[in-house]
Amino acid sequence: MGCIEKMPYEVLLRNASFAECREYQKKHYSELHEVKPGHKIFDVHIIGIPPVYIAIDGEDLIFPFTKPCHGTFLLKVKSPEEAAKFRKN
Amino acid sequence: MMSSEDGKKALLVMGCPQVPVQTPAVLYIAYQLKEEGYEPVVAGTPAADMIIKYSDPGRYYIEQVKNIDSEVAKIADEGENYDLCFVFIHNDSGVAYAATMNEILECEVIPVVFGKEFDNLANLIDFSSRIISAEAVHNPKPLINEIDRVMKWAV
Repeated sequence: MGCIEKMPYEVLLRNASFAECREYQKKHYSELHEVKPGHKIFDVHIIGIPPVYIAIDGEDLIFPFTKPCHGTFLLKVKSPEEAAKFRKN
Repeated sequence: MMSSEDGKKALLVMGCPQVPVQTPAVLYIAYQLKEEGYEPVVAGTPAADMIIKYSDPGRYYIEQVKNIDSEVAKIADEGENYDLCFVFIHNDSGVAYAATMNEILECEVIPVVFGKEFDNLANLIDFSSRIISAEAVHNPKPLINEIDRVMKWAV
């Protein structure tokens, strides 16, 4: 996971399907930013089926993280800088 | 056998190697691609890459073996491109990788769907006009038949 591993992160869903993670984002967060598959956040590229969302809740970013053998994880990472960058764009 | 002197490259994106038919299907497609003048490059997890490395130690079929995460980064960040891409799918993650490859690559992306859930997974794919799918887990023959039917190899 690269530098995400060194940041404080929380796993909201694990071994889920991509659609389950997207539904969780839509159900629990009102601020959703749509990005294209392959979008780089921190040091990872988001792997996913459109529409792909990054949810923002205060200073937290909530996004899917997919691995070939373990399905999709929904991660929550605190980053005031990245959250501000998304809101600006 | 044709050579890949014209520089055509094909990327074969492998999923988790837990379903046995993945490796023979990768090597079969790589063989056919080589016959048609492509340089086959595979990208997978460390385990999938290791299986390919020891299944084709002389590199008769596979020209290069790459890590899947590094290759996604190289395509997305550095604009690396291919002339054709196959993505091997037997779980939800595979569909996500195929959709991502379709977004970041400029070439045609052909999903190769297999395993017990092949039908449900194939129904999640809406971006490709050519989809290879078959219920194959241990015996590669149904998948090979479907590969031949869809690809209509020249040789």
